[in-house]
Amino acid sequence: MKADIRTPLGRVRGLGSARDGTGHFWRQRLTAASNVPLLLYFVVFLISVQGTGHAGLVAALQNPLNAIAMLLVVISAVVHMRIGMQVIIEDYVHAEGLKILLLMGNTFFAVFVGLALVFSILKIGFGG
Amino acid sequence: MADLSRKSARPLSPHLQIYRPMLTMMMSIVHRITGSALYVGTLLLVWWLVAAAAGPAYFEVADGFFGSIVGQLILFGYTWALLHHMLGGIRHFIWDFGHGHGAEARELLAKGTLAGSIVLTILVWIVVIILR
Repeated sequence: MKADIRTPLGRVRGLGSARDGTGHFWRQRLTAASNVPLLLYFVVFLISVQGTGHAGLVAALQNPLNAIAMLLVVISAVVHMRIGMQVIIEDYVHAEGLKILLLMGNTFFAVFVGLALVFSILKIGFGG
Repeated sequence: MADLSRKSARPLSPHLQIYRPMLTMMMSIVHRITGSALYVGTLLLVWWLVAAAAGPAYFEVADGFFGSIVGQLILFGYTWALLHHMLGGIRHFIWDFGHGHGAEARELLAKGTLAGSIVLTILVWIVVIILR
């Protein structure tokens, strides 16, 4: 039998060398799965409001079903893209200080994009 | 004691500049590039929807840009990046479930992803133009 080099405590915690477990791995696949139907809906939504102007987009988003679906699109996409960019940064940036700065920037960007879109959808959805 | 001066002489694992480009490898790189493009491109959606929330005058500026030739080209590219990344993700799901790891299957999946993304992008834009 192969010797396990993990300590008993490490084995119980089950978080591995990154101390983060499989949380990101799982969340990336969870949001990938939800992104497929949500972003197909997103494409259909954009096509349906093309050329309808401001009034058309507002009317569409004041339908709660569209507003809820668009909020799901934003949340699912933003969580997915933050983890994806984190993996890219961790793969290619090896200077510790720069890596931490970029990881912080990545989170700030994802939070900004997510909040700006959620606020806009809610404002329009609640009546402009 | 470890001899630190020998560290730099150690062989490196092969990387991008060493490998001869292969389709499956290019698809992996393109998956990251499309993901990064989609990431940056969310700013376009932020611009469009925040402008819509700000009012008709702001919206006309943003919507006008996306209706211009440059805007339409960006949206066309964004459509392809989205569909390519989506099909690439489905390819990853197939691998996650333990299928398609053989040499032929990998090659077939790579070609299918590329062809599928191009065909779907064109189909989407045919619908866009018909419904305009």
